[in-house]
Amino acid sequence: MLNEIALVAGKDLRVELRSRVALNQVAPFALMVLVLFGFALDADRATLGAFTPGLYWVTILLSSVLAVHRSVAIEAGDGAREGLLLTGLRPASIFLGKALALIAQLLAVAVVLLGGVTIFYDARIDDAVLLVAALVGAVIGVGAAGTLYGALLGGQRARETILPILLLPVLSPVLIAATRAFGDAMGTVAVNGWSWASGLYGFAAVYVALGVATHGALMEEN
Amino acid sequence: MPQSLAVEIRDAVVMLGRFPALAGATVSIERGESVLLRGPNGAGKSTLLRLCAGLLRPARGVAEVLGIDLAKNRRAVRHRIGYVGHQSMLYDDLTVSENLRFWSKAAGVEPAQQRAAAERMQIDERLYDVPVRSLSAGQRRRTSIAVAAARRPELWLLDEPHAGLDQDGRQVIDDLISDAAAAGGAVLVASHELDRAQTVVHRTLEISGGMATEMVNPSA
Repeated sequence: MLNEIALVAGKDLRVELRSRVALNQVAPFALMVLVLFGFALDADRATLGAFTPGLYWVTILLSSVLAVHRSVAIEAGDGAREGLLLTGLRPASIFLGKALALIAQLLAVAVVLLGGVTIFYDARIDDAVLLVAALVGAVIGVGAAGTLYGALLGGQRARETILPILLLPVLSPVLIAATRAFGDAMGTVAVNGWSWASGLYGFAAVYVALGVATHGALMEEN
Repeated sequence: MPQSLAVEIRDAVVMLGRFPALAGATVSIERGESVLLRGPNGAGKSTLLRLCAGLLRPARGVAEVLGIDLAKNRRAVRHRIGYVGHQSMLYDDLTVSENLRFWSKAAGVEPAQQRAAAERMQIDERLYDVPVRSLSAGQRRRTSIAVAAARRPELWLLDEPHAGLDQDGRQVIDDLISDAAAAGGAVLVASHELDRAQTVVHRTLEISGGMATEMVNPSA
């Protein structure tokens, strides 16, 4: 099964290397949103500093919608999804492989954005371990939920418009928990960031389990 | 279902939404037999092929392929068939060789088997490093069929396989159909190129309105 997961993840990452959608479209989009937030808040350093965790995670979630679109589009093009059905690959492997590739891309975007908030918002990091733990847990959750909802809408013609409507509310617990954990890690709020970070891993575990359990049925129905 | 039968469809109904794309189709194909499926646009040819490939679920009737009841276990049949539909099932951003490698690994096919299939489809080696999005329709078709051929399927399901191919390519498809049947496999091919296709198959089935199929004179 690990070979199957690596095969699917490797294929999606290779497609990304060729098309460079995450590099040339998602990452610039994310940075542009950060800059626009800066304009909207009148470049007030104190305000930006206080709201950096929230602005960062709103930006990540908006960017994740684009990345999920791309992940779905890879299979939607010219019948590749049916091709996967015909291979005999386990649906759980397909789910985990696609989720893994999406997580890798989102992590890359998240790192670029960390650079962005450091430069544009003058963000400082007090607890790097907590920040990394929260970041990884949140991105796994976003990647798993995104892959699951992408499969749910894979065959829908209007998926571009329906996906954000369905996905963003589902990801709101990630936004809340990751913002709190980042707030603690950046020293902007006095909360127990580790308890919020552990909640992110709980969210991720639920969506990984849901995806593994339901991806086969979702592929069949879409 | 007798062991000699590769496909047994009886009074099968397939619904696409509320529309009965197949409404009582009956088809049986022996192992070692090649069959041409003909009929007007919208008659249900592609639906029948997709049903046999395990990509559609029968709403009613009997649908057994390679001894497996499609109503109960469609997954078990899929990796044993070679389905070539209207779509290439290739990744546009990957090169020909990357596509061949991915699909062969996904299907558990040995690299040598995949290479042999690509050679059989006469894919120009200079195209191996070319992204699929840059291929002509015919080259894309050859690559797509090579992916299916590498699996050495027990049942071929070909939907307009000659479309977009040049004379050499069409001859390769004809040989593929003949050889597959001669080797004990079964072939169901839908085509509008009746003059060409009828010369390589054992018999012809007519499908009309998704309602039923009937045998006609193969040399007609």
